[in-house]
Amino acid sequence: MEHITTPKVENVKLLDRYANRKTANGTLYLTATHLIYVDASSEVRKETWILHHHIASVEKLPLTTAGCPLLIHCKNFHVAHFVIGQERDCHEVYTSLLKLSQPVKPEELYAFSYNPKMSKDNREIGWKLIDLKVDYQRMGIPNDYWEITDVNKDYEVCNTYPPEIVVPRAANKATVIGSSRFRSRGRIPVLSYLYKENNAAICRCSQPLSGFSARCLEDEQMLQAIREANPGCAFMYVVDTRPKLNAMANRAAGKGYENEDNYDNIRFKFIGIENIHVMRNSLQKLLEVCETKSPSMSDFLTGLENSGWLRHIKAVMDAGVFLAKAVKDENASVLVHCSDGWDRTAQVCSLASLLLDPFYRTFKGFMVLIEKEWIAMGHKFSHRCGHLDGDPKEVSPVFTQFIECVWQLMQQFPCAFEFNERFLLEIHDHVYSCQFGNFLGTCHKEREDLKIFEKTHSLWPFLLQKKQELRNPLYKGFTAYKELQPNTLPFSFQFWCGMYNRFDKGMHPKQCVLDHLLSCMSQKMKLEDNASELENKLPFLDGPLPSEACSLSKVGSAASKTPLLNTPQDYEGEAPPVLTNGISVGNIDVMADVDQKNKENLSNHQDLPDLNATNVLDSEAKEGEPQCH
Amino acid sequence: MDLSRFTAQHPPPAPPPCTRLRWRNSALHSSAIENHTEIQGKSLTVTRTSGEQFAELIKTPRADNAVLHGPRCPAVRGTLCLTGHHLIFSSRRKEGGEELWLLHANIDCVEKRFVGSLGTIVIKCKDLRIIQLDIPGMEECLNIASSIEALSTLDSITLMYPFFYRPMFEVVEDGWRSYLPEQEFELLSSVTDEWRLSCANKDFSVCPTYPPVVIIPKCIDDEALRKVAVFRYGGRFPVLSYYHKKNGMVMMRSSQPLTGTNGRRCKEDEKLINATLRPGKRGYIIDTRSLNVAQQARAKGGGFEQEVYYPQWRRIHKCIERFNILQESLIKLVEACNDQSHNMDRWLSKLEASNWLTHIKEILTAACLAAQCIDREGASVLVHGSDGTDSTLQVTSLAQIILDPRCRTIRGFEALVVREWLQAGHPFQLRCAQSAYSNTKQKWEAPVFLLFLDCVWQILRQFPCSFEFNEQFLIMLFEHAYASQFGTFLGNNENERSKLKLTQKTMSLWSWVNRSEELARFKNPLFEANSLVIWPSVAPQSLQLWEGVFLRWNRPSKFLDEAQEEVLNIINYNRELQAKVNALRRQLAELETDDRMQENLTDSTPVRAPWLRGSVDLNENPLLPS
Repeated sequence: MEHITTPKVENVKLLDRYANRKTANGTLYLTATHLIYVDASSEVRKETWILHHHIASVEKLPLTTAGCPLLIHCKNFHVAHFVIGQERDCHEVYTSLLKLSQPVKPEELYAFSYNPKMSKDNREIGWKLIDLKVDYQRMGIPNDYWEITDVNKDYEVCNTYPPEIVVPRAANKATVIGSSRFRSRGRIPVLSYLYKENNAAICRCSQPLSGFSARCLEDEQMLQAIREANPGCAFMYVVDTRPKLNAMANRAAGKGYENEDNYDNIRFKFIGIENIHVMRNSLQKLLEVCETKSPSMSDFLTGLENSGWLRHIKAVMDAGVFLAKAVKDENASVLVHCSDGWDRTAQVCSLASLLLDPFYRTFKGFMVLIEKEWIAMGHKFSHRCGHLDGDPKEVSPVFTQFIECVWQLMQQFPCAFEFNERFLLEIHDHVYSCQFGNFLGTCHKEREDLKIFEKTHSLWPFLLQKKQELRNPLYKGFTAYKELQPNTLPFSFQFWCGMYNRFDKGMHPKQCVLDHLLSCMSQKMKLEDNASELENKLPFLDGPLPSEACSLSKVGSAASKTPLLNTPQDYEGEAPPVLTNGISVGNIDVMADVDQKNKENLSNHQDLPDLNATNVLDSEAKEGEPQCH
Repeated sequence: MDLSRFTAQHPPPAPPPCTRLRWRNSALHSSAIENHTEIQGKSLTVTRTSGEQFAELIKTPRADNAVLHGPRCPAVRGTLCLTGHHLIFSSRRKEGGEELWLLHANIDCVEKRFVGSLGTIVIKCKDLRIIQLDIPGMEECLNIASSIEALSTLDSITLMYPFFYRPMFEVVEDGWRSYLPEQEFELLSSVTDEWRLSCANKDFSVCPTYPPVVIIPKCIDDEALRKVAVFRYGGRFPVLSYYHKKNGMVMMRSSQPLTGTNGRRCKEDEKLINATLRPGKRGYIIDTRSLNVAQQARAKGGGFEQEVYYPQWRRIHKCIERFNILQESLIKLVEACNDQSHNMDRWLSKLEASNWLTHIKEILTAACLAAQCIDREGASVLVHGSDGTDSTLQVTSLAQIILDPRCRTIRGFEALVVREWLQAGHPFQLRCAQSAYSNTKQKWEAPVFLLFLDCVWQILRQFPCSFEFNEQFLIMLFEHAYASQFGTFLGNNENERSKLKLTQKTMSLWSWVNRSEELARFKNPLFEANSLVIWPSVAPQSLQLWEGVFLRWNRPSKFLDEAQEEVLNIINYNRELQAKVNALRRQLAELETDDRMQENLTDSTPVRAPWLRGSVDLNENPLLPS
């Protein structure tokens, strides 16, 4: 609060980037968490809310005749161009925003004051929604080859890893500790994903401290243990996601990459994904292109090319595809690292999991994936997103790139994901919003120290509440597609207008197919209710109606079932039920059952003059458990 | 091995092209088929006349043991067979297998090469597909290649397939009579009486590229019209293109005025276009050429309307490219799309260098401008470039799609194509002679119509619920404009078409498309009629490469097709559900009415549940007389 000197400024203009004539005039408010602009010139009250944490930069532009311009760039790619009448007001807003957008102390982050009026119990349940152990169980771990160890419970092995990690059973404590001394920041090889079908595993770590010639017996044993945990394949891949030059340069600093001569049966490979600084500059260039006022087609395409953005996206995708192919087609385990193993490694491992396992393409699965590969494994959200006032060189759109890769996959496989584009955008927003605790800090230990599990809320329950609007109406269910094999030819990648020009509504399609289909889905529910209600009023009719009644009401009950945690069965939106033609075998019993029930209803309520509620309730209750008859 | 993905664009007696349509042998039998050639136990059908007239061109009519490599398909071994109009490839697989039927007219370019005695022919099609045939035997291969070359570049239009094609379907509606100018005029005269039909051009003497009847202002007599025609390039005097019912504003189109360097004028021309202005109102002339190009045209006798003589008109110059510049652009774009190197920068730079999307943006911008003048400014518009047969038509037809909801329906769009392209004299025969692979680059070849379809696709993408047709419909029109069994796109104007007697000798595309069986494939399930003007965005971020055409053969479409199917499922399911709810409501209402009547009749009987009547065995009911 102490940063806000001027909580309210009147006569502020908000310029529209694309239509100059549509300049809004209104009032600007500063609250503890938001900048709010209320447009007074339009008939309908229009508000623009900008979360302080979303502000990436504030610029005061040279004074014009209209006033003092204030240009705000947001981390969610919103750009707001205000013109404030008084220079003094503008300066005060400017200095306030500078401080509000980049707090110094973590306790000042929104999550610590955000209070959604939720009970303590519910808040705690919210944090337990995602349990990584359940996901390891899903992969069949612990098993003969892999175990969950608490060797890191006091963060002695690695302070940026979570307390519980999955390592080969064959690797004893000495191996683990020895290996950790040979890996940058102690980030030893641990399991990321086990492909149950063939026991091939994806493991991740940081670069070895090999320098030009150093070696470490325990680290070699560790890799051997990983390779041997997959008896079906005689070799394993070691993938360094950096460009070869970068990796070689690291050797001079006593780091580097695995020497194939020292490790048994490894196949070493470089995949050139650029570092965080290149990615930051690339995004900067991309955004400049997106913001250009009325560019020509050439300007835009040349700018897009020069930014290199899609080249980087393709590199990440290519790497993910390489991993998935190695695991699935070659039955080979893969160990992935970059330098520290928390940026490129996280991108590539999570993408490969998404390609291999349809569970990660569900709401729940995607949350698990982010918790597992990004949050738990110590992707430094706080630094990469610039949550606090800090080194701007640490900021980089690594997570944004991952989200975009998922979006690119959605374009190629429109029916393979349970969620839609908006789900990705919501997550992306909240990575920066600091409204929820999930993305605060840089690693598990730091989150414990910040007491985020006690003091803040988890994002995931909040998103699940909005499931109806975040779902993909075209989703064909868990079993429709197994592994995805995306096309990675350059033309398969599109510019993501919905992300980088998200707030330029004029550029988007004016009619939204997603909205249309979502409203179809809700209309469908209403119609189904309508139909069964009407059918109950008409209990005894000839023809095919009773069978329809039962197939329809079956859908209704399936949709209202409460989802079970982490079981693949809990996904809605199975293939649309058969309506008139082709009753499935399973329905026939139910049909007879409904018939029977209708007769019972008749005999029970013969004397009632019109339809009563019990009739409806009765039939619903019975359809829930048709086997009883 | 599944040949279905190769499958036929043009099986002779069966209906026309569609990417994913699968033809089975059994479906091809028809009374029109008289020759059956036995190939490896399978009967291939060859049209009657082709054998006779093209025999001398076909030195080797068939080759066994050929191997076909198609886009996104494993190689298939089988038999190749050449007929007068088709290249047919039949795999050795079991009876009822699928075949490739390729219309010779669809072949853009043939390349051959040899490794030992194994010859390879690469066939590049106008629909942008590339297939490769390995043919054993050098002589056979050379013969086949030269036959294909000859058959795909026939000089005479009357030897083209549409003159031989016999439809297998029943013609319910003759497409040649579906969209007559008289019908259009009838629609117009129901809202305004300021226009008339003129038959001055009935023998094509006033303007050889106009249809026999045109719509012009009522106050202009045919004599004046002839004078105006002399003043406009190619005799293309201003005619009505579109009447905006909302405010009575109009769009006219013409060719450039022949002002020359000495600034000729023509009072009748001024009178004609001024006749469309409301008192005190100004109009806009949209010249699709840059001012520079327009000025240069004066040296060649052309020019533009000068302010002094047209004081009530404001001229705006737009720059839409023509001819070989467009063809070059298409060639570069297709080359970029076929480049399989995995380099992002190279792809983006080639995409940019092709300038295709730049042309799309320019055309759409000009069309938006025309629509804006009419709808927002409440002004009438005259559009022309130099000839009035290319960029002019792109602008006028797209402006109508933006303004007029009717043009976004299937029939309305067909009417638009007939009116603004075929009757308006877009020289299809010249422009669509070759496509992106051709080596013979002629100045008159240009993908003008494809650019128009691409622009329509861009608008469709931005307004996915406002069009009755889908992307497949546009792709189908692209295919038929370049190679077809129908006569619709033959000839360069109505004059040529009438000389060729197309209406008697060939089938109209619309006769086939407008059958409910075919329409089903072209309908957009998301369509909800929308009477508004739809303003597309022309920002580069809003324009995309038309993958359905340019990447069609380069990437699998399975997952995208499944998504389309899913959309259809969702919408159809809701429709059925809605119908069912309605039916139930009706039934309930009927029963309730019955009950009231019954109650009135038997007012002293104890009350029974009304819904039981008619459903319970009456004999068991002691209360009703048996």
